[in-house]
Amino acid sequence: MIKEDKVVTTTCPYCGVGCMLNLHIKENVVYKVTSPFDAPANKGNLCVKGRFGYDFIHAKDRLTQPLMRKNNELVPATWDEAMNHVAERLLEIRDKYGPDSIGFLVSAKCTNEENYLLQKIARGVIGTNNVDHCARL
Amino acid sequence: MTNSIADIHLADVLMITGSNTTEAHPVISLEMKKAVRQYGAKLILVDPREIELAEFATLHLRPRSGTDVALYNAMAHVILENNLANDEFIKTRTENFDAFKEAVKDCTPQWGEDITGIPAEMIVEAAHMYSQARSASIFWAMGITQSSHGVDNVQSLANLALLTGNFGRPGTGLNPLRGQNNVQGACDMGGLPNVITGYQTVIDEAVRTKFENAWGTSVKIPDKPGLTVTELMQGIHDGRVKALYIMGENPMLSDPNINHVAEALSEIEFLVSQDIFLNETGQMAHVVLPGVSFAEKEGTYTNTERRVQLVRPALPIRGDAKLDLDIICDLGKRLTKSNGKTSNDVIHQITDWNYKDASAVWDEIASLTPIVAGMSYQRLNPNGLQWPCPTADHPGTPILHKEKFTRGLGKFTPLVFREPAENPDEEYPFVLNTGRLLQHWHGGTLTRRSEGLDWVVPEGEIQINNEDAQEMNVTDGDLIRVTSRRGVVTGKAKLTSKLPRGMIFMTFHFVEVPANKLTGAAVDPIAKIPEYKVSAVKVERV
Repeated sequence: MIKEDKVVTTTCPYCGVGCMLNLHIKENVVYKVTSPFDAPANKGNLCVKGRFGYDFIHAKDRLTQPLMRKNNELVPATWDEAMNHVAERLLEIRDKYGPDSIGFLVSAKCTNEENYLLQKIARGVIGTNNVDHCARL
Repeated sequence: MTNSIADIHLADVLMITGSNTTEAHPVISLEMKKAVRQYGAKLILVDPREIELAEFATLHLRPRSGTDVALYNAMAHVILENNLANDEFIKTRTENFDAFKEAVKDCTPQWGEDITGIPAEMIVEAAHMYSQARSASIFWAMGITQSSHGVDNVQSLANLALLTGNFGRPGTGLNPLRGQNNVQGACDMGGLPNVITGYQTVIDEAVRTKFENAWGTSVKIPDKPGLTVTELMQGIHDGRVKALYIMGENPMLSDPNINHVAEALSEIEFLVSQDIFLNETGQMAHVVLPGVSFAEKEGTYTNTERRVQLVRPALPIRGDAKLDLDIICDLGKRLTKSNGKTSNDVIHQITDWNYKDASAVWDEIASLTPIVAGMSYQRLNPNGLQWPCPTADHPGTPILHKEKFTRGLGKFTPLVFREPAENPDEEYPFVLNTGRLLQHWHGGTLTRRSEGLDWVVPEGEIQINNEDAQEMNVTDGDLIRVTSRRGVVTGKAKLTSKLPRGMIFMTFHFVEVPANKLTGAAVDPIAKIPEYKVSAVKVERV
């Protein structure tokens, strides 16, 4: 029998029901998913995605380094290069065309905190209300 | 949702419309089935397809696509004609009733039948069933909202709930089932062009001033709403929008008319994709920033019943990827500390962008957002809290609108039925409907990488009614070509008796069979939501 290293209680990343999950971890792999019976939204129930749809976490093609387009090809870059380029280009474009020439798509898959901070950059730093996400899609 | 998942089984009547709940919100569908089988509730199902919930329905109404307002106006007409309305509720809790009554005066069941194709007697029966319940709740999803008159559709349902007083009690209310895990939260957090956190509107000067002061901005928050997704894509075409920063989304698969999106993204001056995979959108980007998955990060998601719940890190970060929060804070620092190197005006440091952790970001959100002001990570552990939760001792709000509505009185909306933007015609005789499957999710980025799920459903099929297929000499697995005014998609036919004649159904999970090459650019004038559920197409055997 596999003895797990740890169990982490968290929230399912798929749909809006918000099922509570127990991720069972062994050697940094999620090898089993269960749900606590007292979970408020799902009472221990999970759908097929919620119980079995986690290979993507360990997928080989997960992005693990920043990429930048050079000679029309995406090539690996350092964080410093990539982030400086993003900041410089956003400010250039803002100064040349105005803040409303930049748009931000936040994400219905990201956390509240991430969404809050990205719209804070849009509104508070760039100065545009061009903030949206796929709520309608 | 105005109500909670935990009170679904307390409804006497459930009306489910434009939601294939068993596939799209499976765990909520368990509560609905329980309400019917274990607690004896009646189910009115409104859906053109014979979905799984049809087996549980007392009444299954199958309207012609895009005719929802006609159905609900006709139901309201029947309720008023037969004195089944809740007069006390209308008198004390609502306004604009007379205008509404006038608007549905001529919406007889026969009128409803002529437009929707639902037999008049079934409309009458549904009206009686819904209005005579002690408690009746309405559920919907994208079948109601993804329409060129999606706002009207929702308001027509709100009218029914107001007419019968189905608010503020367990087993009642208006319950939209939100799609993505944190679509509720993304909206709550100001991820919309017209509102900052907690739906504080950008047109309100006091709101803008509050945030400008709290953030210490040097720029002014504009007093006009910004552009929506669909408008941003158009803006790129028009040359008004020059840069897009996209976090955790793939508009190349999820937006309508993706040929148009591809053109836009190939024209744009600067595109950033922050994601965990190099998706179709990332492949077109100038910079790709590797974030992390839900299993590696801390934060909160807000579910469809407004419950804010904790996300806890379970695994170490892979490779040189970074926490998404750290990426955004890094960007914030670089943008504010460049001291005008490339910028003409001085950009002040608006905050230091140094947050101890996700809970510190949450505390800032709570300090600026009345609906979640009483929530802290400590209180969210273990079971979360439902907003509004205005103070640290507030228990959260499982049921909205108990004593009064947020706006005071509930407002009836007189509605005129409008046809969908694109109905079938001689050249494009079929209606294309799109939706989800149980085993896959949205653009397939997550589920198609999950071996078991992709093994169960490895490819996208194009569903077509048996008899329509026979007439075209098409059998299961034959290649068929579906063409709309915007694009062409070829895929394998799947014959089914569960679709009405004249309807084609496709999911948007499969990049090889991308339904959104076919869907149109028509949007609701207010919500700007695309009309995914009704596109005119023609079908040919390849």
